[in-house]
Amino acid sequence: MRMLAHLLDPHAIALNYPAKDAEDVIRYLSQKLLETGYVRDSFADAALAREAKLPTGLPLGGEINAAIPHTDVEHVIKPAVALATLSQPVIFRNMVEPAQEVPVRLVFLLALDEPKSQVAMLQEVAGILQNPSLIDQLIQATSIAEVQAILSEHTV
Amino acid sequence: MTKPKVVLVSCGTAIATSTVVAKAIEEAMRERGIPVITRQCKAAEIRSHLSGVDLIVTTTPLPDNLGVPVIKALPFLTGIGKEEVLNEIEQQLKAI
Repeated sequence: MRMLAHLLDPHAIALNYPAKDAEDVIRYLSQKLLETGYVRDSFADAALAREAKLPTGLPLGGEINAAIPHTDVEHVIKPAVALATLSQPVIFRNMVEPAQEVPVRLVFLLALDEPKSQVAMLQEVAGILQNPSLIDQLIQATSIAEVQAILSEHTV
Repeated sequence: MTKPKVVLVSCGTAIATSTVVAKAIEEAMRERGIPVITRQCKAAEIRSHLSGVDLIVTTTPLPDNLGVPVIKALPFLTGIGKEEVLNEIEQQLKAI
């Protein structure tokens, strides 16, 4: 998880965040990336518009589902990942079947500036999504150091 | 040498999930001895990318009647049913 650990800014990790809905968590994490200089102030609205039109909810194998909101490169200054675990699930919609609701407790907000340079990080995120025990560890993490340790101890 | 099949991978932005899916297809089909070339595009622009395409694999909904077979690619992100979808891709490419 080297690339992900590198791109996941400690300031942009929110644990047990009590989001009231999907918009809330996308705005919250976007604000974190804005404060740390990774994205433009248009990013949050662009990510929400994209989520409304092309949702990013992913039903996974275990009890916890995830979403990976992201948007076009022009809203990004430099690549980064923000992560939220949610105290209660919020509803996203299924990426490939938007009529289906997906209750989500793990959110990776991706700020991507070009495809090729972020392949490793994207593959690492996909690797996490395919590993239910890793997801459980992330959901139960109570400190940012713990999240960083979980990610650095695992390889895809 | 068989001519490589062209797989068009579509997602919302053409940079995130289609990148993961394209890599996974390239690696899996190489292991299965099926030469493929992948291209990526935004779902909204798919109609202008269809020339020479043998198969579409998508992480977002697409319109019907594109004239090219379409396979949904969520298993490459979630891991659920990944083997089945790889088999489906292999069968589609062999049938062309």
